[in-house]
Amino acid sequence: MIPSISWKNIWRNRVRSLVVVTAITLGLVGGLFSSAIYKGMAERRFEEALTKEISHIQIHNPKYLENPEIGFSISNPAGLIDFINSQESVKAVSSRLKITAMIGSSSSNYGVNVIGIDPLKEKEVSKLYTTLLSTDEITEQFGISDPAELEKFQADSVGYYFENTRRNPIFIGEELAHKLKIKVRSKVVITFQDVQGNLTGGAFRVCGIFRTENSAFEQANVFVRQNDLIGLTGLEKGSAHEIAIFMNDVEQVSELSALLSENYPNLETSDWKTLEPTIAMMNEMMDVIMTVIIVIILLALGFGIVNTMLMVVMERGKEIGMLMAVGMSKLRVFTMIILESVLLCLTGAAAGIGISVLLIELFSKTGIDMTAFAQEGFEAMGFAAVFYPTLGVDFYIEVTVLVVLTGVLSSVYPAWKALKLNPADALRSE
Amino acid sequence: MNIIEIKDLVKIYDDKKTVPVTAVNGVNINFKPGEFAAIVGPSGSGKTTLLNLLGGLDEPTSGEILIDGKQMGNLNSRQKIDFRMHNIGFVFQAYNLIPVLTAKENVEFIMHLQGQSKKARDKRSQELLEAVGLGDRMNARPGKLSGGQQQRVAVARALASKPKFILADEPTANLDSKSTETLLDIMEKLNIEENITFIFSTHDARVVNKARRVITIEDGVVVEDKER
Repeated sequence: MIPSISWKNIWRNRVRSLVVVTAITLGLVGGLFSSAIYKGMAERRFEEALTKEISHIQIHNPKYLENPEIGFSISNPAGLIDFINSQESVKAVSSRLKITAMIGSSSSNYGVNVIGIDPLKEKEVSKLYTTLLSTDEITEQFGISDPAELEKFQADSVGYYFENTRRNPIFIGEELAHKLKIKVRSKVVITFQDVQGNLTGGAFRVCGIFRTENSAFEQANVFVRQNDLIGLTGLEKGSAHEIAIFMNDVEQVSELSALLSENYPNLETSDWKTLEPTIAMMNEMMDVIMTVIIVIILLALGFGIVNTMLMVVMERGKEIGMLMAVGMSKLRVFTMIILESVLLCLTGAAAGIGISVLLIELFSKTGIDMTAFAQEGFEAMGFAAVFYPTLGVDFYIEVTVLVVLTGVLSSVYPAWKALKLNPADALRSE
Repeated sequence: MNIIEIKDLVKIYDDKKTVPVTAVNGVNINFKPGEFAAIVGPSGSGKTTLLNLLGGLDEPTSGEILIDGKQMGNLNSRQKIDFRMHNIGFVFQAYNLIPVLTAKENVEFIMHLQGQSKKARDKRSQELLEAVGLGDRMNARPGKLSGGQQQRVAVARALASKPKFILADEPTANLDSKSTETLLDIMEKLNIEENITFIFSTHDARVVNKARRVITIEDGVVVEDKER
């Protein structure tokens, strides 16, 4: 009966309760939606970094990490790769040559990392190849459907991921292509040191231009075939500077990292958290930041609820006095007032969470396009300028608990005031 | 055997800021089961204070109140609340029904606090509302009832816990003549048929006329105690 009375009491002053419920609803919609945007940005960055840039685990010669010279390669990478492949948790492995070089076009030069890959194996570790427009996407975006025209458009404007190419193909980022003023099929020259320390280089033809949400990555990395690089550097066939591992499940990363460190103590095994500490920190801090946002909003709302509940107690002093006179214990009076506040908060929470779920669901499909306002700024920091808000069920549960807690805490003082009422005095009051 | 014994009861209001006020000054009264008594006196004479002390809503400055031989002064506040719930029924001047509950729910409320079963609550609330002539208004909320009807619900509520006695503070003050008459007839009938003790604080002559014992109090002192 007490919960029923509490619920009915809320609606005795509909306008006042609706004002409080609306404040809670709007506060939560604002808090949850902004949290969902941050979470969506963080998850997208995390996904992009792992699937296109760093993968889950990388193994290097420790000397290479201190000084990325061409000679500091991993000894016997084939045995290591076999060992990694034998682990059930591993989805794919790719060995890479990685040298620093200068890339030049007819208009300018830039320092880059030249990454020598086996395109087929790299495809299993990195999804960079998916950033090229597919024929379906070209048809959809440019209205080209004739197969011959489609092939010409792809070959001229989009390029391929090391397919349909002959000698020295190079896969470069859009940002770098922009700076070098080159396009698909353009010729570039890469200059670097060979294993003897002599300056050498080679001419490459752009086979495709990749596009990520991280302009710094696009500008700093170019991909060539491993065998082409071996031919130019004089490295031994099968050499590797970096082994990239992609796992079936990100949760298994630390286990495999520990196993590799134990079995290969002379090599440096780095997981994604070490490789990209900012992403790791963002990933870990995001939930805390989101909770802090919600707590601040609820704290502000809490003061409003304290005020409302104090008014409730003052207005109903006589009635509370009567309840105590006829035998309602202080605990029950206390519970009744706390419940009123909690139910009021939960009503606002239900509306706020409901609206937030709908908004987040809608925008998680359509996205919130900020490209017109700050595309370059976001991409310079590695974030997409189109946000896809997302929130986990666990966060909604956490918010509901926090709302209940707000309801309880903000009604403790008013409830305590009610308990201090003397029934005889309260009954005498007007 | 007295149901209530009041010995040398004194109540002084002293807020330490103004002059202390002696509201009840050395009152000695006994009540027997089944009495229909009125405490009368001018405004500020101490009637309501005496009733509040009897109901355990206020603490006496000195003196004793024994109910069924049990000293109220020995009970802590929790025991007092429990004691009130099981032994005393209250009827207030302003009805003081819970506005969000129906007449039936208002009557059931105390039985719910007592932990009675739904079946028992249903049965007794229906019986009581029928006894006060509101069998057809059980599902009406207080706002939909007249003052007289609300006070009858309050009487039914006061009786719901099967108390030893009922304290009614100016129960007819807000009622018209017809409602007062109906209410007093109902209370008198319950008093006679169920032997329930009623103690009124009032200055309503109609209540005084019905009462079988009239205690006059002035300046906190009993000046007359007359049985009819």
